[in-house]
Amino acid sequence: MASKVLMKGNEAIAEGALLAGCRHYFGYPITPQTEIAAYMAKKMPKLGGTFLQAESEVAAINMVIGASAAGRRAMTSSSSPGFALKSEGLSYLAGCDLPAVVVNIQRGGPGLGGIQPSQADYYHATKSAGHGDFRMLVLAPNSVQEMLDYAFEAFELADKYRITAMLLSDGTLGQMMEPVDTATKVPGPSIDKPWALTGTGEQRPPNLVNSLYLTPEELEGTVFVRYDRYKVIEEKETRYEEYLTDDADIVVVAYGAASRIAQNAIDAARRDGLKTGLLRPITLWPFPKKPLFRLAQKATAFVAAELSMGQMAEDVELAVRCQRPVFLCRRTGGVMITPEEVLQKIREAALGQDPAA
Amino acid sequence: MTIVFDKTKALTEAAMHYCPGCTHGIIHRLVAEALDELGLLGRAIGVAPVGCAVFAYNYFNCDMVQAAHGRAPAVATGLKRARPECMVFTYQGDGDLAAIGTAETIHAAMRGENITVIFVNNAIYGMTGGQMAPTTLLGQVTQTTPYGRDKALAGSPLRVSEMLGTVDGAAYVERVAVDSVKNVRGAKRAILKAFKTQAAGQGFSLVEVISSCPTNWGLEPPAALEWLREHMLPVYPLGVYRDKIGDEVAA
Ligand SMILES: Cc1ncc(C[n+]2csc(CCOP(=O)(O)OP(=O)(O)O)c2C)c(N)n1
Ligand code: SF4
Repeated sequence: MASKVLMKGNEAIAEGALLAGCRHYFGYPITPQTEIAAYMAKKMPKLGGTFLQAESEVAAINMVIGASAAGRRAMTSSSSPGFALKSEGLSYLAGCDLPAVVVNIQRGGPGLGGIQPSQADYYHATKSAGHGDFRMLVLAPNSVQEMLDYAFEAFELADKYRITAMLLSDGTLGQMMEPVDTATKVPGPSIDKPWALTGTGEQRPPNLVNSLYLTPEELEGTVFVRYDRYKVIEEKETRYEEYLTDDADIVVVAYGAASRIAQNAIDAARRDGLKTGLLRPITLWPFPKKPLFRLAQKATAFVAAELSMGQMAEDVELAVRCQRPVFLCRRTGGVMITPEEVLQKIREAALGQDPAA
Repeated sequence: MTIVFDKTKALTEAAMHYCPGCTHGIIHRLVAEALDELGLLGRAIGVAPVGCAVFAYNYFNCDMVQAAHGRAPAVATGLKRARPECMVFTYQGDGDLAAIGTAETIHAAMRGENITVIFVNNAIYGMTGGQMAPTTLLGQVTQTTPYGRDKALAGSPLRVSEMLGTVDGAAYVERVAVDSVKNVRGAKRAILKAFKTQAAGQGFSLVEVISSCPTNWGLEPPAALEWLREHMLPVYPLGVYRDKIGDEVAA
């Protein structure tokens, strides 16, 4: 039997990254993700790796760019206000086709906001991480075990597709302690990086990592190639979990911490005789559009439950092509939704009320 | 027949895009020659800035990365931590290094990051058409100081070498110029020493090169060099501002 260790969500992320062979971490302190940096600061020197506390989030993400350009597995972590600053680097990472792993342990916003859990960076993560046309592969764990699993997996996916993989989580999961199995993680065969900057040794032509193309058609061409790759990711890497959806009339859609609360509400609804199920997106981009559309053929209504003002609900509406009403259960600013609030929405949805009313 | 000049193999065959008489070209040659002469070309990784030197990656015959505006020292930090055996250098203008990238510069120096920074001070933003830089002289007319830089409105020129001279992590900081044969020789010696400092693992090295921008200064190239001597050198005195190791690595 595999041995289990009690860990905080944030520590599990750091451990997952180390198991994936990440030896370069660059960060700047911010609550509620500081345990990631603290864990790395402790472990990296013993593993011969780099832990560096940068002068800012801007600097940290640019250090990730440097280490990744050199062909190494590199990561940074922060929380919401820090990601506003990382946007520049996220865009350059995409423009340079560099793999990287970034972790956003979200807190309430806008502005300095608060330090309590939130999911209000959904738009930023899935739609507008920085300037220009690009995507990040966004993973949303919902347990401490998944914090480790997907941190590990993020590195494999990032290298495979030369993309930034983001772990989007929140303070609840970051601070939560649960038993974690670390034994099963072994990195896959290392992925060749012939593009990496290693010094030419005067043996090969110089490599160039660059995002500048002054000819519009040439720039467009690089974006088209990247979007072809995104299409493959949509086809092959969309992840989600279904709970009691087989006979569900009402489907709740929730990710991360909100999905755990939603699951309680679904169990309560079932006890009330309401056929309710859960679709939990694990990848937020690519969003599980196809399974939602499939469920929309049977279900009568959807409930989007999120710790933001309806950012994810828009993707649910798009996925079901507005063929079914989408009810919204939302709290924000660090306030958690309760199972009762979700149950209330499930009841409204079951009555067939108009969600806009 | 004796060869009196041979282009270093550390420069590619690409024709440079710099304006006629611009001293960026000279500085490129000095950096390339230094890497070549020290036998470090095969281990070199360069970081191109945002500024007129953005295409530096087309000219240096080594691995290159193009960094966001001002972030070159942070990118170089990541590179060097990932590949300590490589010779990592940045090539940055005064807007890039002393305005938007001030924090990245000072903190790379503070950490004693074992990289080499080539800092081209031409007292102006060249690439965007001649706006004020932090290094623009008092009274100097630019697109954004049409009545001359006014201390009360825009402050005084920033002296980067003097400032970094106070930073413990900096191993070697020198200001040079490329306005005369003598000064070009001095610049070459400083750039060689900077790379030797890195090769010896001594920490952060920076060479500030006082440079000209004939186009945006609105001067013919020879007049631009004259202006550099007359107006820039009194504000930016040449010399060594930090030298932790003396002649040890220069040998
Ligand atoms: C984030 C960002 N802000 C502004 C610019 C526009 N920009 C391009 S070059 C430049 C100034 C470069 O001046 P300097 O660093 O002095 O180099 P020079 O062109 O004089 O060699 C600016 C502001 C940019 N590319 N990115
Ligand atoms: S604009 Fe100035 S700095 Fe830029 S290439 Fe022309 S002369 Fe040189």
